Amino acid sequence: MSDTWVILGASSAVARAFAREAASHGAALVLAGRDMEDLEHQAADLAIRYGVPAMPLRFEARDLATHAGFVAECRRRAGDGLLNVFLAFGVMPDQAAADADPEVAAGMVEANFTGAASVLGALAPVLEAQRGGTVVALGSVAGDRGRKRNFLYGATKAALLVYLQGYAARLSGAGVRVLCIKAGPVDTGMTWALPKLPFMASPRGFAAAAWQRAGKGGGSAYLPGIWWPVMTIIRLLPTPIFNKLNI
Amino acid sequence: MPDTLAAPAATRPTGWKQVSLQGWGRSSLSPCLAARPERLRELHAALDAPEGRTLIAHGGGRSYGDAALNTDGAVVVTGRLDRILGFDPATGELVAEPGVTFADLLEVFLPRGFIAPVSPGTSHVTLGGALANDVHGKNHHHAGSFGEHVLWFDLLLPDGRMQRVSPESDPALFQATVGGIGLTGIVAALCLRLTRVPSNALAVSRRRVRNLDGFLAAFEAAAGATWSVGWIDALAGGASLGRGVLETAEPSEARVESRPPRARRFPVDAPGWLLNGLSVRAFNELYWRRVPAAGQQATVPYRQFLYPLDAIDGWNRMYGKQGFRQFQCVVPPGPGEAALRRLLETVAAGGNASFLAVLKVMGRDGPGMLSFGMPGYSLALDIPARPGSEAIFTQLERITRDSGGRIYLAKDSLLSAEGFAAMYPRAGEFRAVRERVDPQRRLSSDMARRIGL
Ligand SMILES: Cc1cc2nc3c(=O)[nH]c(=O)nc-3n(C[C@H](O)[C@H](O)[C@H](O)COP(=O)(O)OP(=O)(O)OC[C@H]3O[C@@H](n4cnc5c(N)ncnc54)[C@H](O)[C@@H]3O)c2cc1C
Ligand SMILES: NC(=O)c1ccc[n+]([C@@H]2O[C@H](COP(=O)([O-])OP(=O)(O)OC[C@H]3O[C@@H](n4cnc5c(N)ncnc54)[C@H](OP(=O)(O)O)[C@@H]3O)[C@@H](O)[C@H]2O)c1
Repeated sequence: MSDTWVILGASSAVARAFAREAASHGAALVLAGRDMEDLEHQAADLAIRYGVPAMPLRFEARDLATHAGFVAECRRRAGDGLLNVFLAFGVMPDQAAADADPEVAAGMVEANFTGAASVLGALAPVLEAQRGGTVVALGSVAGDRGRKRNFLYGATKAALLVYLQGYAARLSGAGVRVLCIKAGPVDTGMTWALPKLPFMASPRGFAAAAWQRAGKGGGSAYLPGIWWPVMTIIRLLPTPIFNKLNI
Repeated sequence: MPDTLAAPAATRPTGWKQVSLQGWGRSSLSPCLAARPERLRELHAALDAPEGRTLIAHGGGRSYGDAALNTDGAVVVTGRLDRILGFDPATGELVAEPGVTFADLLEVFLPRGFIAPVSPGTSHVTLGGALANDVHGKNHHHAGSFGEHVLWFDLLLPDGRMQRVSPESDPALFQATVGGIGLTGIVAALCLRLTRVPSNALAVSRRRVRNLDGFLAAFEAAAGATWSVGWIDALAGGASLGRGVLETAEPSEARVESRPPRARRFPVDAPGWLLNGLSVRAFNELYWRRVPAAGQQATVPYRQFLYPLDAIDGWNRMYGKQGFRQFQCVVPPGPGEAALRRLLETVAAGGNASFLAVLKVMGRDGPGMLSFGMPGYSLALDIPARPGSEAIFTQLERITRDSGGRIYLAKDSLLSAEGFAAMYPRAGEFRAVRERVDPQRRLSSDMARRIGL
């Protein structure tokens, strides 16, 4: 029985590319998300291109009550194989919209953090029981330091990172690897309409790098790698200077 | 739970961004708003262009001119719609989204013994773009054009309805959309019958041909070949006018080892002087000499034969910042033979540095109202965009038109509205279909406006 990757937020361009990457290595896929029509199309694509089973499954990150049942269904679909997780869902409304409307702000926290913590929490016993497997989650360079432009989004990603640190510690005894990717800009629907961003990665290149990095073990990693020096400098900038920057 | 969840998860509003696009020839810049749907639902939403702007689909951007440009309007970039939706190995029938490319088909289906029935000269073309220009390959004299192998497509009409269109279900809309340069709607999926092949390679033979007459005779003799194409040294004149290399090919039973491609990238815009008459002349001469006088046989992977130019990414930058234009026409047998001679003479006399020109035999009329294909000879050549170089296109258009031929819209950026009307006799039928499906002309492009559609 081959490994299964559960892709949470499978309609995301990054997630789609990662699913193809995993399928090209022979993994079965559970495509979890909300746009069922799209997930059906993706499942067909993966099955035809790579000859792997791919199954759409409804998943709503903000509907916490459904997470236990969702995880049970994932376990069932993975059969006897190892279950792995790629967590990609998330939203990034702009800071001004979140400032203006508490519903928007709360919705982002719920989707990016509360929902993530909830579904990962439900997955933990399953991962422990199988004694192995890999969890990869998409954090962001925005979580390294709160910037004027998007600090609420950044805060949700920082919270996710801290959650994953503890999660990794809890699961390390069971041999589960947990990797938090601090992603730089990726050329997806989330960034398409934004002003030009530096070091933009293609979803395909990003996914290939993420797959490779996941093979090397857990922890956290900047992708693309150029973000390590860049964020190191940004984190070290003295506050008075940082506050003057329009980033 | 907040009740916003109850609403259909209409995710984020369509992102429109100001971009500056170019055709493959890079001869002009076209500012417009662009959306890039990642999936079907977002494609639907993108029909609603802001500020009442007109809209056109933009595929792989491999059309040389302005077919996929809409200056100050809006474009919908379809490349992310790249899912393969179905495949039946018993019949070869493929269902795919419009952003799937010929490169995808080669990668996924050649190992299973199938290739695209018709293939343009670069694998970066999308299936949607191939349909909209009803593209042809080196097997046109046998296989016809792309549209002949399409069983149906799902067309997102300008009013937001999705219609499945086959040659039987709605013949007029089918024929208007195949070759219809994106003006009837956006193709959201299509069903294409792939062709079975015995291996990953073909047996190619090459031989030198001394001049144009030699070429026409050689094509006649090679009429039975599955693929055939002539590379002409467009700078050779006089007794050598039309000299070049004829390539023919058949599917090979034997496989060849083929490494996954690794394209080199043309690094920068070349300086304008690089492509002067001398350097191009030297290149063309070399190309001719490379083939031994006695001819040459080789077994080569499909990729290498079908997509020779893909070996260098961004080769169009070779023509420098000012870019270039391509001219491609088809002329009927008979009067067309003299026309070919005049076309080549005009280019050679202008001293316009053109790399190899491509000569092909075309077999039959295409299925679309604006299909390029017709029986005759097709000639394609590049001309660097320089001050004054547009004048030569006026001459080439005139020669083509007088011989009863037509200019290929996929390559074109200069054809006049009168020229178009004379060359495309079914334009009236096309307009009638457009009146039916897009009475408000929500779809438009630089090309449509230029040629009077
Ligand atoms: C190196 C090279 C070699 C070539 N060789 C050949 C050849 O041998 N034979 C040949 O026939 N052509 C050839 N071409 C031309 C090319 O095949 C056509 O221009 C083709 O239409 C390009 O497709 P595209 O995906 O790049 O689309 P674009 O160039 O982006 O668009 C082409 C047209 O298709 C429309 N379109 C795109 N997607 C859709 C959609 N989903 N629904 C509706 N309309 C859509 C656009 O509006 C536009 O009118 C060549 C081009 C290059 C650069
Ligand atoms: N793109 C970047 O530059 C970048 C940089 C750093 C980090 N990231 C992170 O990378 C991840 C993927 O981003 P992307 O760029 O691919 O963006 P995307 O295309 O917008 O994908 C985000 C996905 O999350 C899903 N989602 C949102 N809320 C959800 C919910 N409540 N329940 C279930 N699914 C939900 C969306 O599903 P629907 O389709 O149903 O809406 C969508 O498919 C995100 O976590 C993002 O924060 C992205």
